[in-house]
Amino acid sequence: MRGRREFLQLLGVGGAVFASGLGAACERMVRKPADDFYFVQLSDTHWGYKGPANPDSEVTLPLAVERVNALPRRPDFVVFTGDLTHTTDDGAERRARMARFQQLAAGIRAPVLRFIPGEHDASLDHGQAFEERFGPTRWSFDHKGVHFVALDNVSDPEGAVGEAQRDWLHKDLKAVGGDVPVVVFTHRPLFDLYPQWDWATKDGAQVVEVLSQRRNLTVFYGHIHQENHHLTGHIAHHAARSLIFPLPPPGSQPKRAPVPWDPQLPGRGLGFRGLTERDGLASAEEIPLSPQERIAAARAEAQR
Amino acid sequence: MKRSGILIALAGLLLAAAPEEQVVRLSAKKYDFTPEAVELKLGVPIVLEITSLDRKHGFAAPELGLRAEIPAGETVRLRFTPLKAGTFEFHCDAFCGSGHEEMNGRIVVKP
Repeated sequence: MRGRREFLQLLGVGGAVFASGLGAACERMVRKPADDFYFVQLSDTHWGYKGPANPDSEVTLPLAVERVNALPRRPDFVVFTGDLTHTTDDGAERRARMARFQQLAAGIRAPVLRFIPGEHDASLDHGQAFEERFGPTRWSFDHKGVHFVALDNVSDPEGAVGEAQRDWLHKDLKAVGGDVPVVVFTHRPLFDLYPQWDWATKDGAQVVEVLSQRRNLTVFYGHIHQENHHLTGHIAHHAARSLIFPLPPPGSQPKRAPVPWDPQLPGRGLGFRGLTERDGLASAEEIPLSPQERIAAARAEAQR
Repeated sequence: MKRSGILIALAGLLLAAAPEEQVVRLSAKKYDFTPEAVELKLGVPIVLEITSLDRKHGFAAPELGLRAEIPAGETVRLRFTPLKAGTFEFHCDAFCGSGHEEMNGRIVVKP
């Protein structure tokens, strides 16, 4: 319960920093300092988007790469939680966008980069182009005593995880010791955040039922282009900001149209997340993309 | 004969008392529903006939408990009776391309 209380208390600190449920789990494990680690979550880069919601779309991802490389600590790994590219009906163009995205992301100085798809990457071809370039759409790995799992809730255009993947998840988690903290990455929210805008996963309740069998589990996702924190039982779900344009808070306006671009504050609402696990306490920091003048300079440079 | 005659007469009375089903047609194509807004009357049974004109779409109105997959070129019928007044959003919930997020509309139920 301590972890949950800390989580709720820290949420009140302007939303800039919060402790995840992972912290309490790590405390129980009496982790050694040598096991400390740091990773970064980036989401919804939508490479290939062209439109008024982000006239600087071609410099936003390179700036994010620059910002990650300028962090005081090099991440153990970086994960992109979907919508790497903006959708297109043209399969060749989709592959070209993925190739360019991968080339830009490769500029991040981290030993490991991991990717999961969003519906813009995978829903029109059931994940085919994504798999060709990035490999399986679901995966898991262990890192310094924490088990990480990626779930694909977008290759099905109706936004379901599906029975086969739920079975895989169940088996994957069963093979991991009960005290091991688990972190899940996915694209869409696994709970009904706002189904009127399709901010949900069709079989999310069944997935959460499987996840709820773990004592220490935290979910990080994207899709909604804004920070959001939610609890289903003892499981915390944290949505990340996007790197293309912010979307309005759930249900705050009739349509889920992007927040209009403000030329006075370019890049407002964009950012990513750094997660630190140190001395048995996990915490997250929401990092704005860049100071506004840096975005303006990058734009001028790109135009030359 | 007498008994079956009474039953037929009762069935006729019930049919006459039931409000007539109203048919509302919607078409779906990338990236619009037409019409975008539908006005219904509280308590009047509805048949929503939704036709996809191009590819597979979805139709979801979560607050009304309505959901259907609309295969390309087909018409799907959803029967329901609106039991609460208000404005209820619907949207395409089968990802269909770059304008998918804007493919939505509303059902207005009037008292």
